[in-house]
Amino acid sequence: MERKGFFGNWGGAYIPEVLHQTFEELNDEFLRCKNDPAFWQEYVELMSTYSCRPTPLTYAENLSRHFGGARIYIKREDLNHTGAHKANNVMGQGLLVRRMGKKRVIAETGAGQHGLATATMAAKFGFACTIYMGEEDVRRQRPNVFWMEKMGATVVPVTNGSRTLKDAINEAFRDWVTNVDDTHYVFGTVCGPHPFPEMVGWFQSIIGLEAAEQILKYHGRMPVRIFACVGGGSNAMGIFKRFIPEAGVELVGVEAGGHGLATGLHATRLSGSDASPGVAQGYKTMFLQDGDGQMKETHSVAAGLDYVGVSPILSDLWEKGRVRFESATDGEVMAALDLTMKKEGIIPALESAHAFVQAFKEAPQLTPADAIIINMSGRGDKDIFTIAHAFDDPSWKDFIIKRGLEYSRNK
Amino acid sequence: MQLEQQLRRSLEKKEILLMTHIVLGYPSFEVNREVIRQMVENGVDCIEMQIPFSEPMADGPVIVRANQEAIENGTRVSDCLAFAAEMTASHDIPFLFMTYYNIVFGYGEKAFFERARECGIKGLIVPDLPPEEGESFLRLAAENEIAPILIFAPTSSDERMRVLASHGRGFIYCVARRGVTGVKSVIGAEVIEYLGRCRQATAMPLAVGFGIQDRDDVSALIGKADMAVIGSQTIRLVDEKGAAAVGPFIAGLR
Repeated sequence: MERKGFFGNWGGAYIPEVLHQTFEELNDEFLRCKNDPAFWQEYVELMSTYSCRPTPLTYAENLSRHFGGARIYIKREDLNHTGAHKANNVMGQGLLVRRMGKKRVIAETGAGQHGLATATMAAKFGFACTIYMGEEDVRRQRPNVFWMEKMGATVVPVTNGSRTLKDAINEAFRDWVTNVDDTHYVFGTVCGPHPFPEMVGWFQSIIGLEAAEQILKYHGRMPVRIFACVGGGSNAMGIFKRFIPEAGVELVGVEAGGHGLATGLHATRLSGSDASPGVAQGYKTMFLQDGDGQMKETHSVAAGLDYVGVSPILSDLWEKGRVRFESATDGEVMAALDLTMKKEGIIPALESAHAFVQAFKEAPQLTPADAIIINMSGRGDKDIFTIAHAFDDPSWKDFIIKRGLEYSRNK
Repeated sequence: MQLEQQLRRSLEKKEILLMTHIVLGYPSFEVNREVIRQMVENGVDCIEMQIPFSEPMADGPVIVRANQEAIENGTRVSDCLAFAAEMTASHDIPFLFMTYYNIVFGYGEKAFFERARECGIKGLIVPDLPPEEGESFLRLAAENEIAPILIFAPTSSDERMRVLASHGRGFIYCVARRGVTGVKSVIGAEVIEYLGRCRQATAMPLAVGFGIQDRDDVSALIGKADMAVIGSQTIRLVDEKGAAAVGPFIAGLR
């Protein structure tokens, strides 16, 4: 028998005692919701009126022709309210928080998408909201910080450790142990202590449920492969879950290759050989850590993939050989992004573009009888500063310089 | 001698015991050595030595920074174990390790316990390892006669406290309030009531930590608990006034 909260060898709830009681309550409430068909119905209703569900499955005709192999379909999570799949999890947890009667929510955020989604949910449901974000990410993702603050959230830059996602998670936990009575921690991905991996995966599974119906409608049969980027793994689990029992569907997770595996500057846990089993941030999984168990610095052009751990559910599926893992470098990501914009007029987030890279590598080896799905977890226009910077775009730079001068003159 | 017996023997002579905390390798092992010497000479009864971890989830800013700098200074787990062996050989009080579970897990639970035993360590505090996830950990602790120190929190129900106590040895570490280390705790009616519940749940000695900073805090615990834990405060003191300030500070606590 599997241990409670474990997926094979991975997962668990490694939490300080002060949180024990609140986890008991959370587990109970989650179980009640899961067993109550009316709750799922309420959730789907909310997502189809407040967000854009079901999100479309777009046939990428030009890209398919360009590669001359598989028919490429794109699941458009970018068309969710707030621009990414993160809304699925956050609105679900919002309903849960309302049922539990808590009045304040906190969250960590890397790219800012989860923070933005949480701030949005808090505004809608009337919760107080604090978002923890690594100082480095605040710098990289200024537009999201602006919107979070505009929606009434307090954004706290985290200056500990590597000043990225993992440090924001630690800081959110510190807030939670202090304010546990009235606060719920809206964990952003399928990581962390049980029941978060299962719960976030459950809310995100709406992606795959829709995609399965859509692909059968458009293509008449199941896809041969599905590609999703993997940071913590919530968009990947979201689209994969429905297809796990479909033996003919190969599931491919794409991690951040950063500057390349050989440089050490990356965030590949399952596709490389640099990670090892560990326990941190409340759960057991494959971590990028040194021989003593100290977490390493990670690197990716995409803040949302820049993380030391990975979902325990994905570690299990990796170990069992059900999901294949690959990686894409920063350079490959920019090229795939460029091609997708030019061919389809679609702007994937830097995170999502990792999945496009691998799909583009494999599409030519397949035939038009084969369909593949790329999960486009989010939209890229929120990354305008990062993307413009990465493209070293001269007219954008000129604009920023002029705007900067204008602001400093008016000071 | 086992940890609980050692503490009980000290309790025959003192109204309340003192446990202090240091972060190994911060600011250096040399300073750790001097700080420990001053602590022991001024009557500290027990010392918890924290093996630094990059993700110290339950700690507040002072100890977080100390963990981070210790690692940046190149502190390795093997250095911490060697230093512990030196301390237990030099001083006649019980020494404990405090760390996060990944350090023990990364070293290998069995190897860690065996090495800690060789180093003369009497107990182990791991705040992110609830007994539900610690089956092999608790078994190895018993086999190696190292006390697994379990933690009570104000949010723990009476029933939960009894479960925790059934797995703990040595003493129970009672966290005085919700939150992380290093923020002042007020020992008021609420804490006293909570300590009463702790006392009901176990016959083991009770240590109280998180935000115990001065003589008033320590004396407020007399009769309510058996040991006061001074954590972040001595780190702050060493940062501000150097190791030499520790002795007089400790001497002034009781």
